[in-house]
Amino acid sequence: MTIADALATTDSLVGRETLVRLRGITCAYDAEPVIEDVDLVVGTGDFIGVVGPSGSGKSTLLRAISGAIDPVRGTVERTGVRFGFVPQLETVNWDFPVTVAECVLMARTRPVRRFWASRAERAAEREQLHGVLDRLGIGKFADRHIRALSGGQQQRMFLARALMTDADVLLLDEPTSGLDVKTRHEVLHLLDDLRGQGMAVVITTHDLNGIAAHLPSVVCLNRVVVGAGTPAEVLTPENLEATYGSPMEVLQHAGMPVVVDASPDLRAVMGS
Amino acid sequence: MLAITVDELLRPYEFEFFRNGLVVATIAGALCGLIGCYVVLRSMSYIGHGLSHSIFGGFAAASLIGVNVFVGAGVWGLATALLIGSITRRRPVGSDAAIGVVTTASFALGLAMVQLWGGADTDADAALFGSILGVSRGDVYLIAAVTVVTVVTIVVAYRRLLFVTFDPEVAEVSGVRVSLTDGVLMALLATAILVTMNVLGVTLIAAALVVPAVVARLLTSSFSTMLIVATVVGAVTGVVGMNLSYHLDVASGPTIVLTGAVMFVASFIVSGVRGRAGLKGLAHAH
Repeated sequence: MTIADALATTDSLVGRETLVRLRGITCAYDAEPVIEDVDLVVGTGDFIGVVGPSGSGKSTLLRAISGAIDPVRGTVERTGVRFGFVPQLETVNWDFPVTVAECVLMARTRPVRRFWASRAERAAEREQLHGVLDRLGIGKFADRHIRALSGGQQQRMFLARALMTDADVLLLDEPTSGLDVKTRHEVLHLLDDLRGQGMAVVITTHDLNGIAAHLPSVVCLNRVVVGAGTPAEVLTPENLEATYGSPMEVLQHAGMPVVVDASPDLRAVMGS
Repeated sequence: MLAITVDELLRPYEFEFFRNGLVVATIAGALCGLIGCYVVLRSMSYIGHGLSHSIFGGFAAASLIGVNVFVGAGVWGLATALLIGSITRRRPVGSDAAIGVVTTASFALGLAMVQLWGGADTDADAALFGSILGVSRGDVYLIAAVTVVTVVTIVVAYRRLLFVTFDPEVAEVSGVRVSLTDGVLMALLATAILVTMNVLGVTLIAAALVVPAVVARLLTSSFSTMLIVATVVGAVTGVVGMNLSYHLDVASGPTIVLTGAVMFVASFIVSGVRGRAGLKGLAHAH
């Protein structure tokens, strides 16, 4: 069974419409392959987590899905699909002079005729903006500078910007990075709600246990796809060691896999 | 005595050349302030500086071969702007150096041409350091037309320009044609430099682009407000600088830029720590 087939047969994906299909793609920077021979299907209602060590090609995979980079080999099918992208918070210029409302609305570039939009159109857009911000719990911060938000609120702001594009596929680059446990769970629940409404969501993360608890599909990536499927199928000690190059144990808790670092170095430090 | 009467203050307004120069300097300051917001937020100050020097090459060549200087320098400047935009977007190793070579070589070529073949009618000094003496009614209409086109473009493409300035990669993914938007911005910048060259001087245009935007950044954390404040600050520096230019008998370019510098110092003092923190964002490289 191919990786695409593995993802396509998970229970949550029944009746889905294919939005993006990667067929054996290889992407490279300066002729150095970053991801190789990757197959992936993203369909409506998918919620896929991509895990792997730093430099394993997770962000490159998101960029390939979105079309920000073209593969040097293989094909990508994504006709007419709209993408919303949530960047890593670390890459954002937080001193840029922009308020939360300005940041969220900058994604509304269509129609171009904003200049001569009617009062009703402007009011409708404003209503949609506040609707999205309220839904994400940051409505009262609309006129604040983006730096005035907490990490979780900043993440929600970019999510709001992505939602304002009327995206079919949401791509999030490490949306749980730097967030506390409670906020991390809130963000993942929020994304799950969105995919429940038919949107496809693809995230990269280092949070293996968050993925195991919240996501129906996971892809282990380290330049090549090591495994893809449900967390129970994919998060195995063998796959994780092949992905991270370090031994890991997988325990079962309340029917969910829980990943524990089992490297000898860590055991030595912990004195076990 | 430093005392100066109202009559003396108003005396330059009796001369048409001054009135034309004042209108052009005011519009030039506002135009540079507006475009300058994008220049400083995209860390393009060096490009603005280089582009103004580069356009001088086109100005000199057009003067010498008898072509309209705006057309000659415009074509030259646009070509250089697009070349710089292409170099910057691809970000090859040493793009700063490549930009430096392109722009300074063009400037040096202009200087060499003026020295070798320049006649008495080649007003290189005005282009280099700014002068109000050569400002005609036609120049007023030209800069007004360019300003209208620039304002309309910025209003219509406001969100695209903001998105590309703030986060070009996400803008591309979200369906914005970043290279086209960059090209439009570079064309606006080149045109603004071209039409303000005679008043501000190529050696000082970069300051007129940067200072109002930096002053505005000190005073606001909103992008739309920054555009408005920078435009107003640019216009005010134009008005004050032109009057100082007449009364101090100094070229218009230096007085306009020095007026902006004084406004920067004043803003720096009154903006406090919070305002100054915003300046860090101007050095953030995309």
